[in-house]
Amino acid sequence: MAKTKKIIKTIKIDIEKCNGCRACEVICSAFHANPRYSSNNPERSRIRMIREPLNDIYLPVYAGEYAPAECMGRDIYVLDGREYEECAFCRAACPSRDLFHEPDSGLPLKCDMCEDDPPQEEPLCVKWCINDALIYEVREEEVEEEEDIDEVEIGLQSLVDKHGMQKLVETITRMSLKD
Amino acid sequence: MRYAETGYNLEIDLSTGNIEKVETDPKWTELYLGGLGTNAKIMWDRVPPETEPFSPDNLLIFSSGLLGATPAVGANRTIVTAISPQTQFMAYSMMGGFFASEMKYAGYDKIIIRGKSPKLVYLWISDDKVEIRDASHLAGKGAVETQELIKQELKDMRIHVAAIGLAGENRVFFASIEQGRSSASRQGLGAVMGDKGLKAIAIRGKKDISIARPEEYIKLCDDVMQYIQFRQANPIPGVMPILSILGSPQEMLHVDEKWHTENFVWGNARVRRKGFWTEEIEKKWEETQLGARTRLISCYNCPLKCGATISIPGISRYMMKCFSKLTYTMAAFSDLDFGFRIAQRATEYGIDGFSGPQVMAFAVELKEAGILTDKDFEGCPSDNEGRFYWLLDRIVRREGIGEVLADGTYWAAKKIGQGAEEFAHNNIRKHEQAPLKLGMINPIYYLMYSTNEKSNITQIEGQFPQAPYPEREQREEFVKDWFQVPNDRIKEYFLKWEPRGEFSMPYYPGIQECCEIVDWMERMHYIDDAVGVCAGLSSFPLKPPYHIHNYPNFVTAGTGIEIDEAELVKISKRNRQLVRANNVRRGLRRADDTPPEDHWKKRLPEYEKQLLDAYFEFKGWDMDGVPTKESLQSLDLNYVVEDFEQRGIIKDGQD
Ligand code: SF4
Ligand code: SF4
Ligand code: SF4
Repeated sequence: MAKTKKIIKTIKIDIEKCNGCRACEVICSAFHANPRYSSNNPERSRIRMIREPLNDIYLPVYAGEYAPAECMGRDIYVLDGREYEECAFCRAACPSRDLFHEPDSGLPLKCDMCEDDPPQEEPLCVKWCINDALIYEVREEEVEEEEDIDEVEIGLQSLVDKHGMQKLVETITRMSLKD
Repeated sequence: MRYAETGYNLEIDLSTGNIEKVETDPKWTELYLGGLGTNAKIMWDRVPPETEPFSPDNLLIFSSGLLGATPAVGANRTIVTAISPQTQFMAYSMMGGFFASEMKYAGYDKIIIRGKSPKLVYLWISDDKVEIRDASHLAGKGAVETQELIKQELKDMRIHVAAIGLAGENRVFFASIEQGRSSASRQGLGAVMGDKGLKAIAIRGKKDISIARPEEYIKLCDDVMQYIQFRQANPIPGVMPILSILGSPQEMLHVDEKWHTENFVWGNARVRRKGFWTEEIEKKWEETQLGARTRLISCYNCPLKCGATISIPGISRYMMKCFSKLTYTMAAFSDLDFGFRIAQRATEYGIDGFSGPQVMAFAVELKEAGILTDKDFEGCPSDNEGRFYWLLDRIVRREGIGEVLADGTYWAAKKIGQGAEEFAHNNIRKHEQAPLKLGMINPIYYLMYSTNEKSNITQIEGQFPQAPYPEREQREEFVKDWFQVPNDRIKEYFLKWEPRGEFSMPYYPGIQECCEIVDWMERMHYIDDAVGVCAGLSSFPLKPPYHIHNYPNFVTAGTGIEIDEAELVKISKRNRQLVRANNVRRGLRRADDTPPEDHWKKRLPEYEKQLLDAYFEFKGWDMDGVPTKESLQSLDLNYVVEDFEQRGIIKDGQD
């Protein structure tokens, strides 16, 4: 495959600076609302806080890849003697849990770095985290070319995984007839 | 479609177990906004003045504000309202944290509790699913501990819980409701919750909050966020550090306590200790604070960090904010380490950090004066700190002398008699005040102390500087970017105001000027309390990001209800009169509008009377403090007029 230049966007998380305010969740969900900023709901945010003040745990977790099936095994972390929920720190939108799924449709959520046209100066969660727990960094790297799977396809794939291809096709056909 | 608000209240009758989701009247939003405004309306409609605080008919309302949970920075206040067991008036205590936003995400603007549960229960609200659950296993558990236990029981760490401790269960008159890093502490609402048999409310919400004009609204929020950054980078020169930046007093951040320890009073709010703050103390206290403070923390959607997690070896971790760091320390003439330690136990018990320590110091004074005896203190350790822990334990259990003390200094003094009343000297409307005793009367503060319905100065003071700058140039510099003022007159008053001479306290600012200044400061609190924005970003600090000029835009863009500045002022007046009316109906009159006798050493009775007369008139009250017919009618409060006439509070034909 051909090599191309790719912009790598990173958000560096400095958990020492996090104050647990959840502004990142608010603004991410507002930014991704349709129409934009017309609603907000942390449950739709692509960044979620793991926030346990009494254990001094403040950890923003970004929604990563959609996982069609749950892992064979589960993670359990023990920090400072306290055991965390299964898979607490995992980024995947995985069928084993509600995290990183739209609350109504169940569609998976993934951080898209607030991709926008024209581009935003910086991701919105970074902009609203004025305590600098989230720092945006951009760099260029040479990578092998890869085909991007678009969002609709990921969404549909998750529905296929959940309900089966047959049911999905039937439903879409029925819906398009209604219109 | 409702914007900014959810348009629903959750009504729960704990006597019958009935749970109802009730749509609210959108007209009320236009008239009262929400939060304190609609709370006052509900109290007016549904809690007749004969209602006793511990009657099943007393309502306990947990309300969000109109803008709560929207992207408006710091719109996170929960406004808790009920009739207070201590003052017997309508109380409203506010807490920050994460409760109001979660309630709105669950689909409710308010949770309204009535009745009494025969056994201890807690509420579990997960969107539309609402359960009244047994809480017998939580009886006697700490308020902080309870929150954790419920989260574990329901297996979800994203739940937010408001809970009472032992003090609330035992109806201590100054019991608090604790929630995360925040609490509704003042006026004993935890006792009302305990009386209702309600140990806690746990919420998890997963619904949307909608905004009427998204682009406009987010721009306003962005501007606020930017201005916060500007203000934090540009502290106001020439004032104490805690007054120079935004937020609730940054007590967790600052270690320099010279001002508080030398100007506020120790023990039972009497002893001023000039020269207390030595280098040695500073070093020791700094060590204590930095050692105990694990992290500075925020409320929902706010970048400021007014709270902290406190970890002290040997006791469980807890969260603290504001002034409770010093109230126990100073009440006991002890040090900061003691303050942090006892505050942990007091937070678990769930008591107010102002009243609690003062009640204990009051008991100690009564003992020293021989009014309380060895018998009352039987079993009490002889060391100073030990005595405070012992008193705290008795009070929250209502054991022995604790039974009397649990009602606060006013009621306790009445019961104890033998001159104990003299020792309950720091109250307004039977409610313990901040420990502060000063020299010459300050007319601005006189009006605020006298008339504020909350009986808590920090909830009413604010944006007008507490003292003049000595140099005119400094004042000119200050007013240059002071766009938060409602009009240029306020700037003029400040420019003219001198530390000494003709234009100095107590006679300058003059009576009219004082009325305008106090009215403006109070107004901003009433707006905050209705829209649910933290006073730390608005009515409390100098030059805040929210003010009378951008608030109408927030309301309009957020809700779609067109209001301008004049209309917002009108709504704030309406809410103010309605809170007053609730209390007037319960017997509040001018005589209750009195600061503690000894708050200032030098009083000016004649001038004070003139001030109060003028302010009453300014507020649309008669000389007895009753809102006039004319004022009520102009604010569309005809139903208050009718009620007042029926009760003979105002005579027909009189205004
Ligand atoms: S906005 Fe920043 S400080 Fe606030 S919770 Fe998110 S990461 Fe933490
Ligand atoms: S970068 Fe954008 S999409 Fe990703 S979590 Fe932050 S706000 Fe959400
Ligand atoms: S200013 Fe302080 S108290 Fe107010 S919301 Fe922000 S963190 Fe909370």
